Parts: sequence; structure tokens; C-alpha cells
Amino acid sequence: MSNPQQLRYTKEHEWLSDAVDGVATIGITEFAANALGDVVYAQLPAVGDTVTAGETCGELESTKSVSDLYSPVTGEVVEANQDVVDDPSLVNTAPFEGGWLFKVRVAGEPDDLLTVDEYTAFSAGN
Amino acid sequence: MSTAPRLTALDALHRSLGATMTDFAGWDMPLRYGSERDEHIAVRTKAGLFDLSHMGEITVTGPAAVELLDHALVGNISTVGVGRARYTMICQEDGGILDDLIVYRLGETEYMVVANASNAQIVLDALVARSGGFDAEVRDDRDAYALIAIQGPESPGILKSLTDADLDGLKYYAGLPGTVAGVPALIARTGYTGEDGFELFLKPEHAEGVWKALTEAGTPVGLIPCGLSCRDTLRLEAGMPLYGHELTTALTPFDAGLGRVVKFEKTTNEGRFVGREALEKAAERAETAPPRKLVGLVAEGRRVPRAGFSVVKDGVVIGEVTSGAPSPTLGKPIAIAYVDAAHAAPGTQGVGVDIRGTHEPYEVVALPFYKRQK
Repeated sequence: MSNPQQLRYTKEHEWLSDAVDGVATIGITEFAANALGDVVYAQLPAVGDTVTAGETCGELESTKSVSDLYSPVTGEVVEANQDVVDDPSLVNTAPFEGGWLFKVRVAGEPDDLLTVDEYTAFSAGN
Repeated sequence: MSTAPRLTALDALHRSLGATMTDFAGWDMPLRYGSERDEHIAVRTKAGLFDLSHMGEITVTGPAAVELLDHALVGNISTVGVGRARYTMICQEDGGILDDLIVYRLGETEYMVVANASNAQIVLDALVARSGGFDAEVRDDRDAYALIAIQGPESPGILKSLTDADLDGLKYYAGLPGTVAGVPALIARTGYTGEDGFELFLKPEHAEGVWKALTEAGTPVGLIPCGLSCRDTLRLEAGMPLYGHELTTALTPFDAGLGRVVKFEKTTNEGRFVGREALEKAAERAETAPPRKLVGLVAEGRRVPRAGFSVVKDGVVIGEVTSGAPSPTLGKPIAIAYVDAAHAAPGTQGVGVDIRGTHEPYEVVALPFYKRQK
């Protein structure tokens, strides 16, 4: 698998796009999706919620387990991916594309976000 | 306890197939090869191939082999004919379940006991300890066999193309020696999926050849390799208990709703067997005042109950989930739970499961969730 160059990453295996008009898109990586197995239920933050970097804001449930969803940044949720709510398997089939999870108007970001090379090395060491 | 996980004879093959591996009872086993949901559906509609070499085989032979088994286990093994198999249990003196087992009668005085991987040593030790005074030998054959299962509606056709054995004459819970892909195998019509299928006990050095032959014969009709993850959801839909979840030493077979496996009218040893006195009391309790009953739960929502979650009604805990998963066949989360007898009737209103603090509504149903059309 390869992680897209233009994204930034967290140690919780989330990815974050560069903000467009202040809004960044967030999802989980292919590595995380493979580790979870088939995702069957996604509880995403609601539009208007304030999320905080590094804190839980939802959950992803798979056949074997449930995982907390963390927000990589702080800000207001402006959109949640209804396609993923309707068909959670998108997280497995297209984690970096149609399986994105939510969009945030970024108010603040932590200084420990990873570059693609840092994340690839980090996830390979797991 | 142990250090490095044990590897089956098919380990290299699993890795070449890209399997996600998991530690299970000290063995490194395939959890899934691709999507566990696809694997589940393949077994329900086509066929799936499993490596179950972690299961524990114990051979019991000798003139008094059947007397020993009647004494050590709760079933009436004397009534098992040559070439047949029986689902049974081994219990403690206090009636607590040590393991659930399948016993195959391979010959007049030869039986193979198949234990769960996590309990194989416990079962072996118990059989040896209980063998005193019986003219019978208990042999650890865990390393003598690899076990491959082929399960699903296409499995008879696939296996037929690779064996001369009379599969049409092989009934459910029967087993016969034969050849598969040119090598000797014990062919048993047993499984843990709720589908028709076979379990093939082989010499470990033959496992890879048989796996490849089954793959080649089965791929055109939809057979795929399957891991332990879908095996768990398949058995859960079929309402089959899993040791450590529905069955423990704290429960008797009667508590688990499986009192039918206990036979008080035994042919040998004047009906005496390990656990008899306690099990008689357990049978009476289950009849007159059962504490809890095993039920099925079907979610109205989409959040999945897991083992250990509380079952609640009107804010009060009335039971505990023992197994839970999203059901590919029903398209909803399902669970097996022990529930206070007063609330265990199918259709009981207002039952929920406490999922991380939220009481999610669940419907109480009779087990199993899924039964194949024959």
C-alpha cells in the first residue's frame, strides 16, 4: 500500500488533507482500515460539533472490534460523510478517497503531525 | 506461558496468500485473507477452505476404550457406531464444563477425541487422569494431524472430484478413512459453520498438497480460503457455542442449554461417570428454577455488542453478552447472551445492551439465528 504524498498523518492512523478555504478533510489510513477488517458501522461527529486535536470524536466498528476515532485537529465539523454512514465498507475499499470521514474548519493543529515518510516509517514499525 | 507461537503445516502457504495472522491459543493462525465478510458469504453460498490444525487430537485405544470414554465424558459413547461421530463434553466433578468435544469412532476399539486448541492439554491431562483402572491407552496425537475443513454448499461437489470415498453415503456426523488428492485422510462430515461440509484429518506433510488440490478444484465454483474471523461469525449465526464464551468451568451443560448431551442412562460402568452427581442436581435446577438462559439478541440499531457487555431492562442488568458480531447474513448485529430466565422468552419487550454507556434496543430471539435449507 502507499500513502498519498500530499496528506499529513497522525500516530492514531488518521490522515488530514491540506485545508482548502480553511477546511480540511479527515479519514483513516489504509493501514488502519486493513488492521480493523471490514468496517460495519461508523459513528461520525455531527455537523456543528467542535472537535479537539487528539481527542475522540466517534467510533469505527468492525467485525472483531471497535476503535475510537480521533480528530487530528481542533475546529468545527462542517460535513460528515453520509456515504460512509450508509456504506461503511467504503472505509476499506477507498480509505483515502470515497471513504473519507469528516471535514473540519481548522482552528488549530498540533505540531506533531507526520509527513508521509514519517508516517510510512511509523506504521511499518507497528 | 509459552514463547513463540506454534505454526501449522500450512503456515508458509497462508503467508503467500497474504493472510492476516493472529495468535489463537498459542498458535499463529489465519484471521482472514481478504474481507471476512466475503469469506463468510462464500461459506454460506459457495465454499470456504479453513486450516484448523490447531485443534487437539487425542487417540483413545484398547479393549476398554469405550468404558474409559463413558466414564470420562458426559455422553453415552457406547452408542456411537464405527465410522460415526458424537458431539459431547468433558466436565469436572462439580459439573463445570472443561471442554466441548467431538469423538470419532475410528474402529472397534479406537476413538479420536478432538478438543479445542485452548483446552487440548487440559482434556489430555483429564483423560489420562481418568484412565486409571481401564485397559485403554490415551495418546497425544496433536502433532500427528493437520486439519483442513471445506465448508459450504459446493463442498461435496468439490471434494467428490478428489476422492473415491462414498461421500453420498457419508452422513452428517460420520467419518471414514479414504484418500483425498492421492493421500490418506480421515474424511468427516462435521463442521462449525452451520453449512454442509467436511473436515479432513491428514498427515501434516500432506496438508499443503491437499489444500492446493482443493483450491484448484474449488476456485471455479467460488471456493476461497477463509480465516478464523469468519469461522466465528458463521458459528455465531448457527447458534453454536464457543468454549470460553458460552461454555466455561463455571457452567454445566444444563446451564448452557445443552443438557441433551448429558446421558444419565449409560451402557457401561453401571452408569457412573465423572460429574454425574453434580449434573443430576444441575438438571433438576435447570428444570425447576433456571438462573439464566442462553438467548439470541438481534439489534435494532447498528452498534455491535461484544462479549462481557451487560444486557439491561428498565435500567437493571439482567444478563451478559457472551458473543457478539455483525451478522453478514442478517445484515444486523447479533449476540448470544445469558439472560435471567424471567426475561429470556423470545419477544420479551424492552431489552437492551449497554454499549459503552448507551442502552441500545435488542430483540430477544430463539437460537439459532440461521439455519440452512436442506
